[in-house]
Formats: sequence, C-alpha cells, structure tokens
Amino acid sequence: MVTLKVNGTTHELDVEPDTPLLYVLRDNLGLNGAKFGCGLGQCGACTVMVDGTAVLSCVMPVMLIANRTVTTVEGLGTLDNPGPMQRAFIAEQAAQCGYCIAGMMMRAQALLQKHPDAADAEIRTHMEPNLCRCGTHMRILKAVRRAADLMRAEAKQSALRSTP
Amino acid sequence: MVWGRFLWGILALGALAGLGFVAYAWEREIAPIEPSQLGRFDATEIRQGAALAAIGNCGSCHTRPGGATHAGGRALATPFGTIHSSNITPDAETGIGGWSFEAFARAMRKGVDRAGRHLYPAFPYDHFTLTSEADNRALYAFLMTRAPINATALQNNLPFPLNERLLIAGWKLLYLKQGDFRPDPSKGSAWNRGAYLTEGLAHCGACHTPRNGMGAEIRGRSLDGGEVEGWVAYAINEKSPSPVPWTVDSLHFYLRNGWHAEHGISRGPMAPVTANLGEVSDADVRAIAVYVADRMGARNPTATQKTPVADGAQGAGGKPIFDAACASCHDGSRPLPFGGMDLRMSSAVHAPDPTNIVNVVLHGLSPAPGERSPIMPSYGGVISDAQIVDLLTYMRAAFTDKPAWSRLAELVAKQRARGDTLPTYSSDGHLSAPARPNARVTAW
Amino acid sequence: MTEQLPTRRRMLGGTGALLVSFSLSGTGLAQQGEVQGAKQATGPKLPGALGEQPMLDAWIRIDANGAATVFTGKVELGQGIKTALLQVAADELALPHQLITLVTADTARTCNEGYTAGSLSMQNSATAIRHAAAQTRELLIAEAARRLNLAEGDVRAEAGEVHAPDGRRLGYGELVSDTLLHVSAQATSRLRPGAERRYIGHPFQRVDIPAKVTGGEAYIQDRRLPGMLHARVLRPPQPEARIHSVNTASVEHMPGVAKIVRDGDFLAVVARGEWQAIKASRALARQVRWTAPKSLPNPNDLAGVLETSVAQTGVVTDIGVASPGGRTLEATYTRPYQMHGSIGPSCAVARADPDLLTIWSHTQGVFPDRAAIAQMLGLPVEQVRCIHVEGSGCYGHNGADDAAADAAVIARAMPGIPIRVQWTREQEHLFEPYGPAMQGKVRATLSDDGRIASWKYAVWSNTHSTRPGPAGALLAARQLAKAATAPEPKQEINPSGNGDRNAVPLYDIPRKHVLWHFIKDMPLRVSALRGLGAYLNVFALESFMDELALAAGVDPVEFRLRHLTEERAREVVTLAAEQFGWNKPLAPGRGKGFAFARYKNLAAYCAVAVEVEIEQATGYARVARAVSAVDSGEIVNLDGIRNQIEGGILQSLSWTMYESVGFDQGGIQSSDWSSYPILRFGAVPDTVEVHVLARPGQAFLGTGEASQGPTAAAIGNAIASATGGRLRDLPLTRDRIRAAYAT
Repeated sequence: MVTLKVNGTTHELDVEPDTPLLYVLRDNLGLNGAKFGCGLGQCGACTVMVDGTAVLSCVMPVMLIANRTVTTVEGLGTLDNPGPMQRAFIAEQAAQCGYCIAGMMMRAQALLQKHPDAADAEIRTHMEPNLCRCGTHMRILKAVRRAADLMRAEAKQSALRSTP
Repeated sequence: MVWGRFLWGILALGALAGLGFVAYAWEREIAPIEPSQLGRFDATEIRQGAALAAIGNCGSCHTRPGGATHAGGRALATPFGTIHSSNITPDAETGIGGWSFEAFARAMRKGVDRAGRHLYPAFPYDHFTLTSEADNRALYAFLMTRAPINATALQNNLPFPLNERLLIAGWKLLYLKQGDFRPDPSKGSAWNRGAYLTEGLAHCGACHTPRNGMGAEIRGRSLDGGEVEGWVAYAINEKSPSPVPWTVDSLHFYLRNGWHAEHGISRGPMAPVTANLGEVSDADVRAIAVYVADRMGARNPTATQKTPVADGAQGAGGKPIFDAACASCHDGSRPLPFGGMDLRMSSAVHAPDPTNIVNVVLHGLSPAPGERSPIMPSYGGVISDAQIVDLLTYMRAAFTDKPAWSRLAELVAKQRARGDTLPTYSSDGHLSAPARPNARVTAW
Repeated sequence: MTEQLPTRRRMLGGTGALLVSFSLSGTGLAQQGEVQGAKQATGPKLPGALGEQPMLDAWIRIDANGAATVFTGKVELGQGIKTALLQVAADELALPHQLITLVTADTARTCNEGYTAGSLSMQNSATAIRHAAAQTRELLIAEAARRLNLAEGDVRAEAGEVHAPDGRRLGYGELVSDTLLHVSAQATSRLRPGAERRYIGHPFQRVDIPAKVTGGEAYIQDRRLPGMLHARVLRPPQPEARIHSVNTASVEHMPGVAKIVRDGDFLAVVARGEWQAIKASRALARQVRWTAPKSLPNPNDLAGVLETSVAQTGVVTDIGVASPGGRTLEATYTRPYQMHGSIGPSCAVARADPDLLTIWSHTQGVFPDRAAIAQMLGLPVEQVRCIHVEGSGCYGHNGADDAAADAAVIARAMPGIPIRVQWTREQEHLFEPYGPAMQGKVRATLSDDGRIASWKYAVWSNTHSTRPGPAGALLAARQLAKAATAPEPKQEINPSGNGDRNAVPLYDIPRKHVLWHFIKDMPLRVSALRGLGAYLNVFALESFMDELALAAGVDPVEFRLRHLTEERAREVVTLAAEQFGWNKPLAPGRGKGFAFARYKNLAAYCAVAVEVEIEQATGYARVARAVSAVDSGEIVNLDGIRNQIEGGILQSLSWTMYESVGFDQGGIQSSDWSSYPILRFGAVPDTVEVHVLARPGQAFLGTGEASQGPTAAAIGNAIASATGGRLRDLPLTRDRIRAAYAT
C-alpha cells in the first residue's frame, strides 16, 4: 500500500511501489492533467509539482514520494473556479491541441511560486524541458507572464486583506 | 644597541629584499598599437589559429553565458574569490585591440598583460608558456581578426592582499616554469605533439591536477585528478578510475565525439572541451590521445561483474530505487550516445569522489538545442537526499569492488544547496562542434 | 450543452429512417482527404460538402426543446474547428451557442466527410453547415409563417424563436417535426447579413480549452470504460522485421497479465493495470526473436536514391511560351524524411460486442479507418463503428489509424472487454509514416528586363498519402496471419496536389513546365505530413525566387511583386513586408528573408518575413522575429487563424532548422526526442506577428497548412542574406550554416 497526498487529499493506494507516479495519477486517481508523452523524461507532458518543485512524473516511482505532497493541474483550480494560471491560459487562448499544456502550466507554476517576478529570459530557460509540437510557444509565454501578473495581484490583495 | 643594529640590519635586508622583489616583479608597459598597424593576416594562419583556440578553449573561459564570444565577463569561482575573464576581442578600448604581438606573446609566456600587470593564474599561462612562437602567431592572427566587442571587464572579487597583482610575481617565482616545450627524443612524433598540446595549450592539468593552498598545481601529481566548477576532473594518468581502461582508440573517439560506449558521455565542464576538439584536426586529437594513453599506462580492467547485494547489507535499500528509477534506461540495451550506459562501466561510480554522479542525478543531462544529443531528465525533484544516498551506496556496492564512499549525505546536501549555481553544460553529440561558448549553463 | 445530451439522445432514438438515409447516400462519397478528387453529385452544385450529403437533417437536428445538434464529418485536431463550426451554426441558425451540441465524426451519427485533412474543413464542412443551418432557419421561418398565417418576410428568427411583428413567438422546438428537415438542400441560401452576426468574425473563445486546462476529460488517452484492460503491442525493433520465435511462458504469469494475443506477427500483451502491461511488454520484448529487417537506403545519398527510383513521370503543368530569355539559372533543393512527432503517442480504445465492434480513435478519418478495419477483420462495415475522440496534434497521418486497428484486433480476441492500446514513444517515432524525402530542381530563365521568362521545375517524391484506404494500409493488417498486402501507390495529379502540391508557382510567368517524378518504392513508410509536397516545393521555389532576384539585382520583395498581378496575393506580400519593416537596415550578424505562397494555389495566401541572428563562429542561428500576413477569406474565428499561422511558423522553424529522420542501412535511429530533437523554448523567437486581412463575403480558405512552406524559404533566404551562402538542403543545421559563410 502506498500513501499519496495529491491536491490536498490523502489516498491509500494498492499499487506496486515501482509504478511511476504518472500512471498512479491517471489510472488509480482518474486525474487527466498529467499526460503520457514519452515515459522517458524528455518531453514534460507529465509534469507535476512535488513539494513545489516541477517533476517529471513518468520517471518518478511512487516509492520515492514518502511524505511529500503532489500537485497536479487539477489542484490549481476547477472548471467553475479556475486558478490564476488556468485563467491566464484561457484568456490567452494558449493552446492548439492542448496536450502539452497541463505540463506547461505545472512547470510555470513551480517557477512562479519560487520566483514570482521571473523575467522573460528566466521563464524561457525554465520551460526548456517541456516540448510543444503545435508551435504554441509564444502564447504559452504570454500566458505565463499573464499568470505572474494575476498571481502578483492576488498576493497584493491578500496582503491588504490581512493587514489590520 | 646590538639589538638595534640587528633590527636595522633586518629592516635593511627586508627593504632590500622588497626592492629586489619589486624589481623582479615589475614588468614594463608595452606601447599600444593602432589597429592599422596590424597588417593583414594570412588566411591559413588564421585557420590554424582557430584550431589552436579550439584546443585551448579560449572561448569557454572568455565568454559569459549569453554574452558575445571572447568578450569576457565569465565568473570563475576560485578558493580565493571570484575572478572574471577579460575581453580578448580586438576592441581597442576594452579588449586586446591595442596589443602588439609582443604583448600577446608575453601574456602567453609570462602571464603579464600589455600594461605590465601580472595576470592571475586562473589564466593558465603555466601551461600556455609552452606554446611555440609560430603557434602564438597563429593564435594572435585568429584573435585579432574576430569581431571587436566593446565590453568593460567586470571587477574581480578578491580580498586584500590577493587583489594586489604584484604579489602574483611571488607565485610565479615559485610555480611558473617559463620556456618552450622540449620534446622527448625517445618518443615518437605523435607522442611529442600530444605532450606539447596536452601540457601546453590544451592545459588538461589545469583541471585534472590537484592544487595546493596557493592554487598552484602540485608538482609531482600531474594529472592525478582535480576539481573544477563543482565537478570532479578524474585522474587521467595511471590513477584513472575508469573500470574499462582507456586506450588510444577509445580516447581518440571520446575526445573527438564527446562519448564512448565503454566510458559514457562527456559532461559538465568537459562537454565544451570535447565539442571543441570535434573542430580540430584528427591528427592532433589522436596525438593527445597517444600522450594521455601513455600517461595512463596499461591496466587491467577492474571488476565489472554485478555482485548481488545481500538484504540488510549496506545499500540494499537502494536496489529498489535503482530498479524502479534507473534500470529501464541504464540496462545498456540501447547503444550510446542516446542510451543510458551500463553503470558497471562508469568512471563516475568507480571514482573515489562521487561528486559527478551526484551532480548528474540531481541535474540530468540537457540536450544541445536542435541537435541529436543524449537527454537524461533531472531527478532533483524526484529523489530526496536520503534516497540518493541509498541509491549511490547500492550502486557502489553492486557495480564495483571499491570501498564505500564516505560522507555521501554531506556531499549530496552540499551539491543540492548549490542549485542553479552549479554550471551544467549541454551534452553535444558529435554533430555540434564547436561548443557554443555563450550557451546557458544552468541546470534544466 | 453536455447536460442536455440525454434529452436529445431520446429524441434521436427514432432515427432509423435517418440512418438509412446516411448509408444510402454515404457510399460513393469522396474519400476526401488531402487530395481532392471529389466528384460532385449530378444536378446543381451544392455548397461545400452538401454536394456529397444534401439531406439537411444529416447535418442539423432540432429537438422538442429547441436545442440543436449539428453533425460534422470533420474532427477536432486542435485547430479549433469545433469552435469555428459552432460559430457558423449559431449565427445561421440564429440560436445561442449554448443550445447547440456539435457532434464530430462518428460512423454511426455523422456523414462521411472523408479525412479532416488538407485544410478543407472550413471550405467544405463549414460551408455545408453554414448553408444547411441557413436553410434550416428558413424552413423554420416558413413553418412559423404558415402557422401564424403571415408572409415569410414578416417574421424573423432570433435566439431560437421565430418572432411575429405583433409579438407572437414560436420556439424552434414547437416548430420542428420529424420531416421538416428531412429534405435536400438547395443550391443557394439566404445567409445572415454581417450586421446580424454575433459569432462569425467576432471574438469567441475555443470551447475545448477550459476542460484542457482544468484536467477535464478531453483526449482519447482520457477515455476510461468500466472493466477496461490495458494493452501494449509489441512491434519489432525495426519496421518490417518479423517474428522468428517467441516464448510467452514467463510473461503469461506476470502480475495482472490477462492475455497474450498473437496472430501471425501481431503480438500484444493485455493486463489489468497499465504499469503491469508496460512491465509485461518489456519482459515479453526480451523473449522475442525477430528476423532481420529489410535494408534501408544510404542516408548520405538520398538525392541519388530518389533519382534512381523513379517509377513514372507525370506532367503537372505544361503551359505557355517562354519569352526571350537571357540568363539561365538552375538549383536543386532537398528535404529529408521528417516526422509528425505527435506529442501524445497514438492511442485507441475498442470493444467487441456480439454485433458491433466499437472503436474510439483519434484517426483523422473514421469512415476510411472503419472500412479498412472491417476489411482487415472480415467484418461487414455495418458491424464496425468508429467514433472520433481527440488526440494530440497529428499533423497528418500518424499512428492513430494503426493504433485503432491494433485495438480492434485485440478486442476481437477478448470479446466484451474494452481494450485500451497505448503506443510507446519509440513506436510512434519508428512506425508512424514520415513525410517523404524529396528533391526539387528548378531551372528558370531571366529576360534582360529582369523578369522570369520561363520556369521549369521537377520534383522527385513518393506519394504523400498511404492512408487507409484498403486494409493493407494498416500495420496490423500486414502482420496478421491472414495478412493484407500494402496497396501499391499510384500517382494522381489533380489541382490540390500531393507530392506536387504547390509545385506550380503562382507567379505570372509566360511558360511553366512542371513535372512530378513519381517514386513508388517506400523503403521508409511515408504518408501525409502537414502541407504534403508544399513544404519542399515552396521552399524550393521561394528560395529560387530569391536567387533569381539576386541575379536580376532586384530586392526580393519587389521581385515578387513584379510577378504578381492578383490583388489578394499582392496585398499579402505588401502587408507582410511593411509590417516587418523590410527596408530598414539590420544589426550586424543578422539577416532577413521573405517568402510567399498561396497554399495549393487554391487556399489561404500567406507571406512570411523573418529576421535571423547567426553566430559565425559556431553557425548557431536563431529566428529572432517573424512577421506574417494571411488572407483566409471570410474570417470566422480571427484568433483561430492567428493561432494556426503562428503555430505553423514555429513548427516549420523546427522542421527547417533541426529535423531529419536519422537512419542508416540497418534501421531507423530516431526513436525518441534525443535522437530527433525539435524546437524548445530556448530557441523560440522574440516575437511572432500574424496580420490577418479581413475579406468579408469571400469564401472560407483553408489556413492550417499555409505558413509552413513560406517559413522554410524565408529562413533559408535570411540565412543567405546573413552569410552570403545559399543553403538548399533541409534541414538548415548549424554545420551547414557555418559552411555557408565559407562560400
């Protein structure tokens, strides 16, 4: 039995400990966000966050998770209540086939959580492990910049609210 | 009163010694030249200079990531502080545009710049001093015909008194042996060519030799192995840790192509070295291989049998991690350079210092843009420090007959804490000579 | 929309008559794909695909609640077609889009529109739906007028109701009946005027994106059915190798393994869990001995291989008389095999029930794939149903059809159980059909006044379509014990083109002589890759235009304008050049390049200008910025057009600067992204602009493949401008660019 904390919920799962996290997320938990693109750690379609760090879930056997928390794109918001990263990608219509997009969002989320003011060059470098075959790169970058703006605005708002 | 005279005597002697030192250390300024005085350079000489610059890896140090080639500004962390490389483009104001050949040759021989200031031995003139006059001329022709870039040198970050350049003369007194290369008549021409390049321009010892407290290569320990930019440069003499001994052929192939089936991928700071050697004449690469192979001597292969690690034995906890996270690529079923090598043959696993394998586990291998090159994903976010220790302990026990590494946990924590400051270089395949000196070096 | 589906399903339940009407008029439909050889039904020409399927209720149904279902035989590939069709339907039906459900290709429910390919969806399906919807609206208006005893001109349709001037209203749901829409379409329709439109030409967000960014079920890979088992097919390490021997004993008892399916050389393992299937397939792979694959040609002499493999030569065009010429110039351009490289390897789900084999697939053509699979399994076509579910971008004929066939074979061996087949990355790389290697030779004469006097072009190429088709087009079918044979490719020359697509320059040239040297042998599997022959042909002709311009001493943009009288073409060229700032000087180390083409000489017009920066010492080149102009006819979704053109520019940048399938005589080496690198963020341009010309009232023009060819040539021209050397062999790699300086 493996215990997994995913998007705030703890699950007890009967899976073999060498199962890559990707298949556990998709097949055992029914989460669609992380995608199979290569299984080799070369394309980033499977990107999720583990304790806030972007991780390629196809090369992470669940036995290595221990107590760490996993966040997938489903943890960033819902259809009815999308989070800033999701709102940014919708606003910029940053998708063609869209298959790479959830992975892009998780990689960007990991960056912005650590470096909310990341410059354009830093964003580009950081996104390098993730492939897009349709050529949506320009919009993805715009969406990440927009998400950074939205997140900064939200941070300011909550700071204002919490000041007495 | 005797004491007084004694003291005065000491003082006088000290002053005399100081004056003597200053007299020794002082170097005259060589008058700057006008660009028009340069004259035209011969095309063949320029091409030759390009090849020599590739062997010397000038671009790698004298270019910062994202900057213009040869315009300097790359930060080199030394135990004494940070030194920034200088602008060696032929810009008259900020580069070497005003340097005559005499000034250039003096810098290569003696480590003194045109103005007469001593250069820090981060510029490896203790090797470059061996360069012949003809080769210096070719290098000069090449460098002076590059695009001039106006870029002011960044300030070095060294504490007093190390920022006093005059003191470097003292270092040179102890550690710089000037002079031309002297061939060994008992060895063939390829060996001598290889020795000339390896000990000279290629300055292999600058990374592959341990240094003393003064930052100088330790005499008598040439090519015993060293440390560079947070990576280990293995011993490339008889102490080579490679379980499959290097041969002239395998060294030749590796240096030229950046990988070898029995030795793995050239990575870390070695990646641009092999990429640049892909540029250079095959004869010269082979010469280096001949010389280095001779330094290594003939050795028997060390154990490559995988010994099963007993339950409860040290490292048993690492086996399931290896099987789950590494084996599917590292079973040797797919040929290099794209497949993961069988780690029983890996120098990184056999070496006394596990820094490199820790680095690769944390950061992976990033591909060169648009060129067929190996990719290994970074495992930094996947695997915790304790898990890395288990994994590497297992690999050491299972794939080698060497004693266990000590203080792994400390090392892993230290390397992880470096984060993006550990330079990683994309592993160019054989298609991508020369190296791109201004390529990004942060982890991917 | 989805919430209302159960109601409509009930409504559609009594559709026996309508299904009959599908199959009656469904046969003999064009195997419409990239190569449009469609024959229209006799009688007045109906707009778009209505010519193939004229019954209105094949396209539009209205239920008792006034909600509409619109059926298209096309599929969403990520190009936004679902959204665009919804916009068109909503406007012409005068119905809010929330009340419309769009059903994409499903052999049981939609008509057969062949493949979603060749950038024909807007031209054919959207046109058909537009007119069908307009005529539906008019029928509803007529019915309302009849019931209200008013003239048709006195009532108007708005938001799902027909309004009378005195305030009486009848909802669509009240007006509709089983027979109202069961009529044939007319040749002309009253389309809603621009002022009344709320959707066409207005900003409207893609309907599929919200689910895709929130983890909703969106792809074939997300399809889960109760009791579904996971399968992995074992394919040889190299194409065309056969099973010599296999020992399945050790794998049969691995955890979770349900079955090992073997039929001839077809081998697959089925397990309860996906990871179990993967481990079992890896273990089984070690137990298989394969015969040697066939030998591949010499990769270092592809041009030579092409030239000696010509089966027949077809004349694409042979018109006009040359004007008196002065200088003759000649050049040869080549392109290697290139990959679709879909980010999501192919996947399919199938379930074999007693009378129906159902397959969910991301194939571009559910009808042809169904027919091929039925033929493969010896089943009547009516007993196979193929439903499209979106996959990742396919960019043409990738592994989707084959994955569907694999799933069908396995499902048949395990009746009643849903089977999911997922190809591996290596399988997708090795077994997808590639874009064929090509060569193009141009020879042109320049008259003394700097105009092109004659133009001769010859292209060497395989066919660019080996889609099913016949069963033999499917990998699985060729592997079964009762194997189908791969069909022999035939050269077909028609206006939309195949290997000869865009081989004829659009320019005004007095004499054009264009040949296609057709190559039958396909040592590497090939088929349609986005743009087909247009990618190499436009690269060749637009690079050569620059070479001619240089020889004539004329600016490249000016030279093109000199040979273009067609106004729409001129405007696109002029706009791109202006927006780029073509006449402004560039910084040192930079070059600029320009190219233009009208896709197929029939579809969208596109001009692209790029600026590249190049490091001379290393040959490393980056496209710093790209500026394009496009004319797609009437705009339905402006953002969709921009997205497709921008995406095409970046995709072509990757093809042009990086991509070639690596192989040697022993086999294909490009089995993953390390051995077949594509564009990553570090090399992405600083800016890409797309300027779209508005053309209200003009026909919709296919846009999805318009920018790839011009981008390739623009990059080649920019490199020539920066280095002084002309590169004619794709891809334009670092080594080649370095060498270009020396020339």
